[in-house]
Amino acid sequence: MTVEIRTKSVKPLSLSFGHLQRRFGDKPATRYQEATYDIQSTANFHYKPLWDPEREMFDARRTAVTMKDWYALKDPRQFYYGNYTTTRAKQQDAIDRTLDFIEKRDLLRALPVDVRDLIVHAIVPLRHYEWGANTGSAHVAAYGYGTAITSPAMMNTMDRLGMAQHISRIGLLLDGNSGDSLSAAHALWTDHADWQGLRREVERMFVTRDWFEVFVAQLLVADALVYPLFFQHIDAAIAGGNGSALSSLTDYLMRWFDETAKWIDAVIKTAVAENADNKALISGWVLTWRDRLVPALTPIVQHALGNQSEDAVAAVVAAFNSRAAKLGLSV
Amino acid sequence: MAAEGNAKPAKKLSLKENYALLTRGLGWEPSYEKKEDIFRTIDFEGVVIHDWDKWEDPFRLTMDAYWKYQGEKERKLYAIIDAFQQNNGQFNVTDARYVQALKVFINGITELEYLSHRGFNMLAREFPGVGPRIAAQMQSLDELRHATTQIHTISQYAKYFTGMNEFPYQFDRVWYLSIPKSFFEDAVTSGPFEFIVAISFAFEYVLTNLAFMPWMSGAAFNGDMATVSFGFSAQSDEARHMTLGIEVIKFLLEQDPANVPLVQKWIDKWFWRGYRLLSLLATMMDYMLPKRVMAWNEAWEIYYEQNGGALFADLARYGIKPPKRAPETIAEKGHVAHQMWSVFYANRDAVGFQMWLPSEEEMAWMSEKYPDTFDQYYRPRYEYWKAMEAAGTPFKNTTLPQLCQVCQWPCLFTDSGDPTTLSLRETEYQGQTFHMCSDGCKDIFDDTPEKYVHAWLPVHQIYQGNCFLPGVDPTAPDFNPMYEALRYMGIKPGVDNGDFKGGADATNWEKWTSRPANIHEGAYTDAVRDSHIKS
Repeated sequence: MTVEIRTKSVKPLSLSFGHLQRRFGDKPATRYQEATYDIQSTANFHYKPLWDPEREMFDARRTAVTMKDWYALKDPRQFYYGNYTTTRAKQQDAIDRTLDFIEKRDLLRALPVDVRDLIVHAIVPLRHYEWGANTGSAHVAAYGYGTAITSPAMMNTMDRLGMAQHISRIGLLLDGNSGDSLSAAHALWTDHADWQGLRREVERMFVTRDWFEVFVAQLLVADALVYPLFFQHIDAAIAGGNGSALSSLTDYLMRWFDETAKWIDAVIKTAVAENADNKALISGWVLTWRDRLVPALTPIVQHALGNQSEDAVAAVVAAFNSRAAKLGLSV
Repeated sequence: MAAEGNAKPAKKLSLKENYALLTRGLGWEPSYEKKEDIFRTIDFEGVVIHDWDKWEDPFRLTMDAYWKYQGEKERKLYAIIDAFQQNNGQFNVTDARYVQALKVFINGITELEYLSHRGFNMLAREFPGVGPRIAAQMQSLDELRHATTQIHTISQYAKYFTGMNEFPYQFDRVWYLSIPKSFFEDAVTSGPFEFIVAISFAFEYVLTNLAFMPWMSGAAFNGDMATVSFGFSAQSDEARHMTLGIEVIKFLLEQDPANVPLVQKWIDKWFWRGYRLLSLLATMMDYMLPKRVMAWNEAWEIYYEQNGGALFADLARYGIKPPKRAPETIAEKGHVAHQMWSVFYANRDAVGFQMWLPSEEEMAWMSEKYPDTFDQYYRPRYEYWKAMEAAGTPFKNTTLPQLCQVCQWPCLFTDSGDPTTLSLRETEYQGQTFHMCSDGCKDIFDDTPEKYVHAWLPVHQIYQGNCFLPGVDPTAPDFNPMYEALRYMGIKPGVDNGDFKGGADATNWEKWTSRPANIHEGAYTDAVRDSHIKS
């Protein structure tokens, strides 16, 4: 039996905002729709930006990609600030229990010294890769066009800071909170030959001005190579014979990667399907960055995986190529 | 099998140490690309920074803490918003005039939060130091929160009242909304240091209480549970932003003496620009809130003259002086609200909300709050207009006002020494005359005329014929330029604008709630008379 509560009902003048009615008809809108569609100014800009006087403050011409409607680039996760923060808070609560479990039992510090050295050498420097990705996503969020792409890029910016801090915690669990592993990782990132290829490409992204190219290089290509190589292949190699303590921490990164890939794929697929020029342009970027990043990653993967590294790289590149093909790219 | 040296227990980290380890050192000196090619916008303003690591991050929030803290606030806020919507909370406010004030909020303020989000994102990308970048990123995300929660809160009102459901469209087009739009675009199109001085210091630190207090207290006084809950929830964000504002100023001033004159110039400019923007609140506080919190002149005394006075006394050791045009704001405080309401009333057919003349009760309150100005200058005007309304010949302005090239207000303000003379200033630049409302705005124009000549002045644009929808034929015999300009702006003529009494909101309000649409005037319609028998 259901209990019926009668409330006074008044027929509203409209069921949603005018800009949403024009897109979806006069029906109740979701909170994602309300927070996203048509929020960014598009007309009657007042001043020439001192930092880019040739263009408007918000200007679709900051990328060579073209869209009839930039709000076609929607986020299948339907994130707005509220469900974004509550989702991340819940995930963080779960990983906090794992971190606590590992810290109390000193599980990472109990690993053999060569394994600990390997984690410092091959995993902890990725905190700098994440900080680089933070810069790339901040670039997309700052100079992208339309709230549909810039809002999730903002959230991704913060995610990358969160991932950099998560990887830093792996370092602190190894060094007993002395921070020595973080200093060592910093030196590896800036000076060790194994990492220079990747750092070179990250810095190249810093000077890439087309925000959609940055999106492709960082989020589509680099992440699709880095995450499975380090957090699956290298992680599995470490776990073999050493237990799953590290894997319980990298699992968090892989889950985040899989969730984020839904957004990346939706954006790429839509932009590629929009017109032939986009398809050619984005495919070109994918090839260029893939062919830069694969050799850039090879030394550090070789260091970690030895004679298994070629197979690992080949498997990850094959998976990436097939994902790219599914998105409509010619690779 | 712990190796040697690993036997001792892990060090306990304080919050500060934890933050430093997880954050500082994330960046590095680039060597494959030149620093100036990576961070391209930080040099042109002339600010000198010797050591970005001297930046003391005021928040020390790691992302996990941010997500949890903010996620908890969001859970609470959305529970209230859900309950508000379920229970038709939009009908619990004092009267339908309060809703007219909310229209100013959704149409004029919410997009500023969004612009702030985007502006901080540019800093989040362009500052070379890790600390300031993270601070800018967190503020950027907070500002996105504020835009989002405001939209989600007010969307319930937009379903039941006129003039609220085209807010992004109107923000780009309505003539008086170019006041907030041009303000924030001016900041975002500046360099990153000017932006952060403008927004974090001049606006957030010096003036934010003036924006927050009247809106949020006004919401509390008038039964608007949704808006006041948003306000309470945003309070701790704002406290962080204010901390950033003072931290920025101290950092810039301590880095190099060459920064002092630049910072002073920006404080002078943005204090004045922020003051002109916020004086919209003067008229909102004094005229639009059915239950008033305090008068504008009282708010200015507390939040600028006292608090600001103490702040600038503190900054004197750096060689910083109070804002150049502060004396004008004090001289005007008894006038601005009344002058603005008069202009909006006279132009009520061209605005997106509905207008009324103050009641006897309200005028008595204003006489008490403004003993030196109201009875002498403004009461006679309202009484005259009331008589015109009673005679069936209400006063209306049928042309659009002259706008200031800088703040974009109509040139409605009077000279400090003489409330009967309009304050008009002008500058010749490249063979053309540009008009300003005040010495403060003229200072700003004269410093950077090449920027302000680009301003998209709506009244100029309307008269040049640039504000008509596609397909409108200005040569058609029945062409009505005002009607067509309103349609271009997203204002529904005859629905959104005009007189409050007899308007859609007042009439619907009485039908839906059986309560008077204006608590100071009693019922307008039989819907109330029927149900409230001689209350």
